[in-house]
Amino acid sequence: MDSSQYKKQYEKQKEYDKMVKMASPNSPIFMDCVKAFVTGGLICAFGQILKNYFSSMGLSQDDTGLAVSLILIAIAVLLTGLGWFGKIGKFCGAGTVVPITGFANSVASPAIEFKKEGWVFGLGAKMFQVADPVIVYGTTTSVAVGIIYYIVGLVR
Amino acid sequence: MDLFKDIFSAFWVGGVICVIGQILIDKTKLQPGRILVLYVCLGCILGAVGIYKPIVDYAGAGATVPLTGFGYNLAKGVMEEIDSSGFLGIFTGGLKAAAGGISGAVVFSWLAAVIFEPKGK
Repeated sequence: MDSSQYKKQYEKQKEYDKMVKMASPNSPIFMDCVKAFVTGGLICAFGQILKNYFSSMGLSQDDTGLAVSLILIAIAVLLTGLGWFGKIGKFCGAGTVVPITGFANSVASPAIEFKKEGWVFGLGAKMFQVADPVIVYGTTTSVAVGIIYYIVGLVR
Repeated sequence: MDLFKDIFSAFWVGGVICVIGQILIDKTKLQPGRILVLYVCLGCILGAVGIYKPIVDYAGAGATVPLTGFGYNLAKGVMEEIDSSGFLGIFTGGLKAAAGGISGAVVFSWLAAVIFEPKGK
């Protein structure tokens, strides 16, 4: 083999190594995903248990969803207050960020942290520092959806 | 056995939705705050075009507990409100549907801030 072939082979090998690294169970992404899958899944499964309980109590579907959200929010806020959410979240990654618990944490965490800057302009103003974009873009998207839905309804 | 089936479908669908978020965090260096925004908007759009409802019907809390479910709720709320009260529903439907969750997060967080002191990170 001449040197260019060697080089080619070497590059192929390098590419392959990269692929193996990406796919191997030891890669951080893989482990992160396993943790996120299991912990996020468990939070949702817990939500489902609550959901079944509330609907067996006779709550409507919308009310059931709200009750489940409120309980998960309350738990996440409590864990944030106790200072445990960060530690759990470090392990779970997206497993705790993506469920509604992540939203609750993103409100509670600055609320507690900025209390020292005052009740109004600290706690009050900075509570939604992280979560506000969610409300802003969520609301805007919902209004956009509403406008389209309204127009489609008129045309029909 | 129905309960078990409900819990299982919630577990795996919720898990998959979280894994997608994890890949986005790891691969794109999107901060969690951006993931939240992305998920809510995505849920809202998927809800509007009717893709998210079948997922909710199958997975229950597996689809409503992740933030895409919050977005789905916004879309559902705005469409229902337009059906029942017309044009102004465009402006009230979304936040009305989200009101409970937002109020809960505000009040619980306020209480937590009153009770707890900040801890070092």
